[in-house]
Amino acid sequence: MQFRDYYEIMGVNREATQDEVKRAYRKLARKYHPDVSKEVDAEEKFKQLSEAYEVLKDPEKRAAYDQLGANWKAGQEFRPPPDWDEGFEFSGGGFTGGDASAFSEFFSSLFGEGFNPTGGQGRQYTSAHGRGEDHHARVLIDIEDAYHGATRQISLRSPQIDDQGHVVTRDRTLSVKIPEGIRQGQRIRLAGQGSPGFGSGDAGDLYLEVEFNPHQIYRVDGRDVTIDLPVAPWEAVLGARVKVPTPEGRVELTVPPGSAAGKRLRLKGRGIPGRPAGDLYVVLQVALPPAEDDAAKAMYEKMADEMKFNPRAGLGV
Amino acid sequence: MVKEILIGVILADELTMTLAELSRLCSVDADWIIQLVDEGILEADGSNTIYWRFSCLSLFRARRVQRLQRDLGINLSGVALVLTLQDEIERLRRLVPPVF
Repeated sequence: MQFRDYYEIMGVNREATQDEVKRAYRKLARKYHPDVSKEVDAEEKFKQLSEAYEVLKDPEKRAAYDQLGANWKAGQEFRPPPDWDEGFEFSGGGFTGGDASAFSEFFSSLFGEGFNPTGGQGRQYTSAHGRGEDHHARVLIDIEDAYHGATRQISLRSPQIDDQGHVVTRDRTLSVKIPEGIRQGQRIRLAGQGSPGFGSGDAGDLYLEVEFNPHQIYRVDGRDVTIDLPVAPWEAVLGARVKVPTPEGRVELTVPPGSAAGKRLRLKGRGIPGRPAGDLYVVLQVALPPAEDDAAKAMYEKMADEMKFNPRAGLGV
Repeated sequence: MVKEILIGVILADELTMTLAELSRLCSVDADWIIQLVDEGILEADGSNTIYWRFSCLSLFRARRVQRLQRDLGINLSGVALVLTLQDEIERLRRLVPPVF
């Protein structure tokens, strides 16, 4: 088991006052809270932070932890000294941030496996009649999968209680059907795939939150999909029939004459399928033809001479 | 190895629940859920609390509120502001083409 340096995790020194500990926690919690943070390892960081705060905010636990001495380094192999907690009496929490069952082995070796946070409205999600806990996981899919449906392998690591009553971590892989028409942020509920229940209680459920991988050319908003489509100046001005890629394959689109850059054209029902299906929006981007040879340059010069065009007329210059 | 392919239920906005169901799933008093509605954090369809129907997404939103309150010590108006700003950020992120 590895030693955890709670002071280092919280970025405070060993002499920090309780107020300083609290301020450090609040600041880091805002940074790493999985509900607000976009940091990749936010969840793990927040877990460590909650554990560190759990100990340092409680004067009894903190004193016991301090008694281990200041010579331990984070990550160092650790065994608690036999009577390390002699003379300390734990009055049983009274506080907890986060989910104490997710705390490290290091924490449980010091403060006990059976450590169970009490108090607070809504803190206890496990109901009394032994229903297993719900699990949550995120699954990344491609936009194309929302059009055609897909099957995804999902690896989960979850604590479970074995026959002898010990908590063990179990890895399992599930194959899950991602139905067509799924949208960003929607959740799929897999009944009975959460933690097993206690006694005769039902198993919890597994909730998968669906997220789309960022796509090179498509953007998604709800059911609608948007693509930027480059067109030549003459296609925009004179009108044209152009090919447009869509997640379902290529389609032809009529660009009306006199289209300005930024014009949005709608392909009804070509968004994410469903009832109703979303729409595909094509935003025109006028691409400038390069003038790499003399003939092309001559053409631009001719336009400059013959067309009375002031692109800055709207700016009053 | 052939594995069973699990088929789940999409929790779409159309699936709804009552105030009692939502309170039970969050392990809170109905009063707390009513506060979330008063604060504009959750939206309920229906005139009277007895007839209120919540979208099933309300469950995840309510749980997020619980976690934010517990871990960050924010009051309900603060949480409401956080959620509004987060929704806005999410929406903007989706509109901006990703940089590769």
